[in-house]
Amino acid sequence: MDDVIRSVIQGVPVGSVYALVALGFVLTYKTAGVFNLAFGAQAYTAAAVHYELHVRYHWNLALSSVVAILIVSPSLGLLLDLTLFRYLRSAPSVSRLVTTIGLLVAVPNIVRLALRIGSKSTFGAVGLVPDGKTVYRPFGADYPVTRDELVQIGVLIVAGLGLGALFRWTALGLKMRAVVESTRMAELAGINSTGVGAFAWALSSAFAGLAGVLIAPQFANVDALNFFELVIAGIAAAAIGGLTSMPRALAGALGLGVAGALLAAYLPTNSILARGLKPSLPFVVLFLWIVLSPSVRGRRDIADPLAGVSPPPPAVSADERSRELTIGTRAFWGAVFAFLAWAVFTAVNDFWLLLVMQAIAIAVIFLSITVITGMAGQLSLCQATFGAIGAFTTTQLAVGQGMSVLVAMFLGAAVAAAVGGVLALPLLRLGGIWLALATLGFALFFTSVVAELSWVSGGTPKPKVPRPLLGPIDFASDRSFIALEIVVLVLVAVLVVRVRRGTTGRFLGALRGSEIAAAAVGINPVRARITAFALSAGIAGLGGGLLAMAEGRTNHTVNYAPFQGLFFLVIVVTLGTRTVEGALQAAFGYKLFQPLILERALPWLVNHIQPFGHVGALPKPLPFILFGLGALTFARHPEGILEFQKRKSLNAIQRRIDRRRTSKGAPEQPIVSA
Amino acid sequence: MSLLLARGVTKRFAGITALDDVALSVDERELVGLIGPNGAGKTTFFNCLLGLLRPDRGSITFAGRDLTRIPTHQRARLGIGRTFQRIELFAEMTPRDHLLVAERSRRGNGRLWKDIVGLGRPSPDERARVDAILHLLGLEADADRPIEALSLGRGRVVEIGRALMTEPKLLLLDEPSSGLDQRETEHLAAVLRQVNADHGTAILLVEHDIAMVRGLVERVFVLDFGTLIASGATADVFADAGVRQAYLGDSGSLA
Repeated sequence: MDDVIRSVIQGVPVGSVYALVALGFVLTYKTAGVFNLAFGAQAYTAAAVHYELHVRYHWNLALSSVVAILIVSPSLGLLLDLTLFRYLRSAPSVSRLVTTIGLLVAVPNIVRLALRIGSKSTFGAVGLVPDGKTVYRPFGADYPVTRDELVQIGVLIVAGLGLGALFRWTALGLKMRAVVESTRMAELAGINSTGVGAFAWALSSAFAGLAGVLIAPQFANVDALNFFELVIAGIAAAAIGGLTSMPRALAGALGLGVAGALLAAYLPTNSILARGLKPSLPFVVLFLWIVLSPSVRGRRDIADPLAGVSPPPPAVSADERSRELTIGTRAFWGAVFAFLAWAVFTAVNDFWLLLVMQAIAIAVIFLSITVITGMAGQLSLCQATFGAIGAFTTTQLAVGQGMSVLVAMFLGAAVAAAVGGVLALPLLRLGGIWLALATLGFALFFTSVVAELSWVSGGTPKPKVPRPLLGPIDFASDRSFIALEIVVLVLVAVLVVRVRRGTTGRFLGALRGSEIAAAAVGINPVRARITAFALSAGIAGLGGGLLAMAEGRTNHTVNYAPFQGLFFLVIVVTLGTRTVEGALQAAFGYKLFQPLILERALPWLVNHIQPFGHVGALPKPLPFILFGLGALTFARHPEGILEFQKRKSLNAIQRRIDRRRTSKGAPEQPIVSA
Repeated sequence: MSLLLARGVTKRFAGITALDDVALSVDERELVGLIGPNGAGKTTFFNCLLGLLRPDRGSITFAGRDLTRIPTHQRARLGIGRTFQRIELFAEMTPRDHLLVAERSRRGNGRLWKDIVGLGRPSPDERARVDAILHLLGLEADADRPIEALSLGRGRVVEIGRALMTEPKLLLLDEPSSGLDQRETEHLAAVLRQVNADHGTAILLVEHDIAMVRGLVERVFVLDFGTLIASGATADVFADAGVRQAYLGDSGSLA
């Protein structure tokens, strides 16, 4: 009994912070229809600003928290609404989700760059009040509560009551409720829905800031990842409230906090379950709730009944090109590959060889995103996890069972495909943001529980994965292994292209266009999507096995952590989800952009061209910022911004060719359709 | 024997009886209309036929098979094709692609391994069938344009073509003339008549445009407030006083 009371007392403060996140989250979801995964980035921003002002510039605690929570946070929310989300009202929910993931990747890195927070800045965290760790015992000697915890509960009570009053008794609250029902209808009734939306963004962002500052003392340092996991807990609570009910989200958040404390009290200490399950409880709850709850299963994405009035712009269609242009582009790519091959096989040193090896394996993993996101139009946030499953299986079979590592790699792909197929069964009826969320829950759960099991990871030290030996050919050297990798990559690329042009690709394209119409011509939506999911999981698993061989072991944290999975999606989405080229560019960009372009090529160029000053290597967060911001264009160009620009410029060249030909009086060639 | 036979179909939504004991039949090769004022239950009935809704009571059989437990995509394989009132096309695909997808679905031989070994591309046989339907519907000029560039009227024709590729025995059309002008409606009616004559496809037409219904169908069913108030040969039904009252008000006259 003592344990229960103690757990409640320990759990309610944490639950209160979860509740603040959940409330802010529901607020943007209801009023702007945006499933805001970037909420964690907003919480991080406030906590980082608060910390910097207080610790580095020695501002008064009250002043710095007011600036962080009441000025910086709402301004950030307004900025996001002003520059992005008000233009995405009628965009598909998946596009909006990708936008928030891009922000989640970019914003914390912008903050780090702006505040000059180095990667190893030590954060003795500060809360809202001084001496937060001071212990009180209001419930008797056995039940200590810190000052921070009391503040967390108090803030929730005030904020919750305030929000309730706003919705119930004010004209603004009424307008917000109207905008929730239908933005367009509310506009027709004379409500300035843009203004209402902006207010909701500012308010919810203030909630994010509040939660960020309140929870900061519980973390060792103010790191964006901690806040991301905080937001997952908030989302789990919001999901319990069906994403729309604030009282139920609040109850869910408190329950989650208490359940976490109870688990800590009752599970045997130091067991895998205790270490893994407690931190992953929100992810497990999120996943199971989405899969099992009938209220979620029956639900479709929020759709404004009048949203179809202004549909998103059509994508660039396939164009007809003349032979010269086709030959020209092929010659260009041939030259590029020839140069790369020359560089890799003769010129470069081990440092670059390792990067190229990693990039090729990553390219295979990225092709799995081409299948699931580009072809099937589904957002899976656990592709990195499938890579990990492939890598772990390869490692265990090759090292533990002494199997040929090549065979082990293909078995690893098969295991990943099987896991993907099984996972797909309960998830695929969901679609859209629910699928994205559930896969995210799965990825987080895998990392915090499954990857910790020694029969999965092989324990420490990490087992050494050998390079393959195929008959008389030994692939032990880096260069010969790269040759093998290229063979695997080409095989997978051919497979992806064939699937895209074949039945499965056509069916998935039809389903992406209109599920109801696809079913009306006899396409089984569930079967097509399970096929896509299993295929993409298998490809990711194959890439994972390849990466394990390239690196000689499975580096789960570096390669496959959930945040990594998000970044994978962001970078592929930026560079092109529809084409094999897009995945290749994304993989090489992922591994080589930083060392090649930012650290060497750009500084060299700048130092040789401009006459003033010397420029060193460009800062580390830049790729995250660039690719994160690149993903923001997904709503307008779902084929990828690079792909879009490429088609645009190729079309321009084509038009020039056509013009020259007609002016010479040559026969008319097929004209590019716009 | 009737191709489609609905008996005693009843559907309630939270106290409202949307359909009450509706019986309807369509024979093979027959052109049948289903009309009624807004809110009469036409779309609810349609959705019951397609498996998007399950009736509370009553049975629906198609070619002698009970449809109750058969999911939507399998109804298509049994030979029920349909078009949509709010047009549902596949974004980023050409009309030719639309038809190819439907053709592949009809053949039902699209296993993943076939794609992987390189057998997934359209065969000459499939291309020929697609060309035939494109020709029948007069879609050749638009066949390779992006679907987004087509007008609503052409889009509806593409929908009909896509449905025809599955070789339906019965084509269900949900208000195909909505959003079309006079000329496009007439063209559509001509196409439907030709499809019926060439392929022997039975058609069940839910429609507001009385002129189109009169010009096209042989038999009409009239729904009002969820109940069937009249059925029979087209001319007889439109002469019926009750139908006039329900559909057009007391003083209405049918054009």
